Amino acid sequence: MLNVGKIEEGIVLDHIEAGKAMLIYHYLKLDRTEYPVAIIKNARSEAMTRKDILKVECDPDSLNLDVIAFMAPSVTVNVIKGGEIVEKRQLHLPEEITGVLKCHNPRCITSIEQELPHIFYLSDHTRQIYRCRYCEERYTAGVLEKRYR
Amino acid sequence: MRHLLSPLDFSVQELEDLFDLAADIEKNPGKYAHACDGLKIATLFYEPSTRTRLSFEAAMMNLGGKALGFASADSSSAAKGESVADTIRVISCFADIAAIRHSKEGAALVASRFSSIPVINAGDGGHEHPTQTLLDMMTIRTLKGRLDHFTIGICGDLKFGRTVHSLVNAMSRYEGVHFVFISPPELRVPDYITEMLDEKGLSYEEKISLDEAISGLDLLYMTRVQRERFFNEEDYVRLKNFYVLTPKLMSMAKEDMYVLHPLPRVNEISVEIDKDPRAAYFRQVQYGVYVRMALILTLLGIDVDSL
Ligand SMILES: [Zn+2]
Repeated sequence: MLNVGKIEEGIVLDHIEAGKAMLIYHYLKLDRTEYPVAIIKNARSEAMTRKDILKVECDPDSLNLDVIAFMAPSVTVNVIKGGEIVEKRQLHLPEEITGVLKCHNPRCITSIEQELPHIFYLSDHTRQIYRCRYCEERYTAGVLEKRYR
Repeated sequence: MRHLLSPLDFSVQELEDLFDLAADIEKNPGKYAHACDGLKIATLFYEPSTRTRLSFEAAMMNLGGKALGFASADSSSAAKGESVADTIRVISCFADIAAIRHSKEGAALVASRFSSIPVINAGDGGHEHPTQTLLDMMTIRTLKGRLDHFTIGICGDLKFGRTVHSLVNAMSRYEGVHFVFISPPELRVPDYITEMLDEKGLSYEEKISLDEAISGLDLLYMTRVQRERFFNEEDYVRLKNFYVLTPKLMSMAKEDMYVLHPLPRVNEISVEIDKDPRAAYFRQVQYGVYVRMALILTLLGIDVDSL
């Protein structure tokens, strides 16, 4: 197993579907922060054969993690303080997701009105379905795709 | 401020009040002739629809008000690239209420968010066309005397038909409505509609043959197969001729089975049916004006009895 130094305070996103770490990195807008980040790709995992892991040294509350619940429900979140896991955080599907995902329906008004915030609301809890606030196009949690950006 | 973006924006009770008002307008038009004196409706039609636009303008004029607006995107500021959000902010300074039609889904919602006057969705792409649904319901209520406990057949393009989806959604709030969906397999009603009906425990059936279904219906809602939905002309021509309502078919229907159609029709209702007292599609257009009058009064908060 590849060894990456422990972090003192921050979060570890584990069990990311192999190959998706960079997408999550961008969704969390980590490219716009100065947080130290370790991205581990294709780590061996008993449950998933291969997985990605993302370690971020930061204030654990400074990231909007609920969006991860929509994008990759399999991900587990470990909160690290003093070099130890102090919490395994449960992710909840947010009622509304604003400004993170983009609606890809070409018939949607957001496709031509550039300054509009892209808003998605949770329309079905059990089936984890979101809909675009404008056109009601459906988006299912866990279907992590580039085109959502 | 109240807007109308979807028929579901109004509760069943609010719809009852709206239809009562529309019925009173039909009976006593003179009482309402000056209700909107000095007020203006802006009809913002980014996508042309002469019939719908004129219906809104006639409704406002019948109330003593005036109308202004544009009939297509190329004659408007949209052609210069102005956003819906900016346009409605400007129009809010000119008019007291706005009706907006746009080819993009959600355009009316955007307008309502930036508007300081009530906004009526006059059609946003394939999404909603609530005043069509309201006038369909008004027609049914007037002809049948109720909006519950009947079997309604919906025939034609059930896959792409926006008016169909809106109508089923709105009618699913009433008790004892049984839906019979009649379509070619290629144009079946979408899963999300049948899922919604299943969830609410409402009864429906799907049929291919109109001949088989027609004798059991209390109402028949015909729709047109739209050419623009097809990539290939051959499919369009074949499906366009799939259903044609003829006098022979009408002879198999109940004596009070009214026929509705959102218009314009192509060839799915033979013109011989126009003389049949059960043909209700032109009356729908008239009810459309009454419903839009009632809607304008309701959204502007005008109560004629207290004037
Ligand atoms: Zn959308």
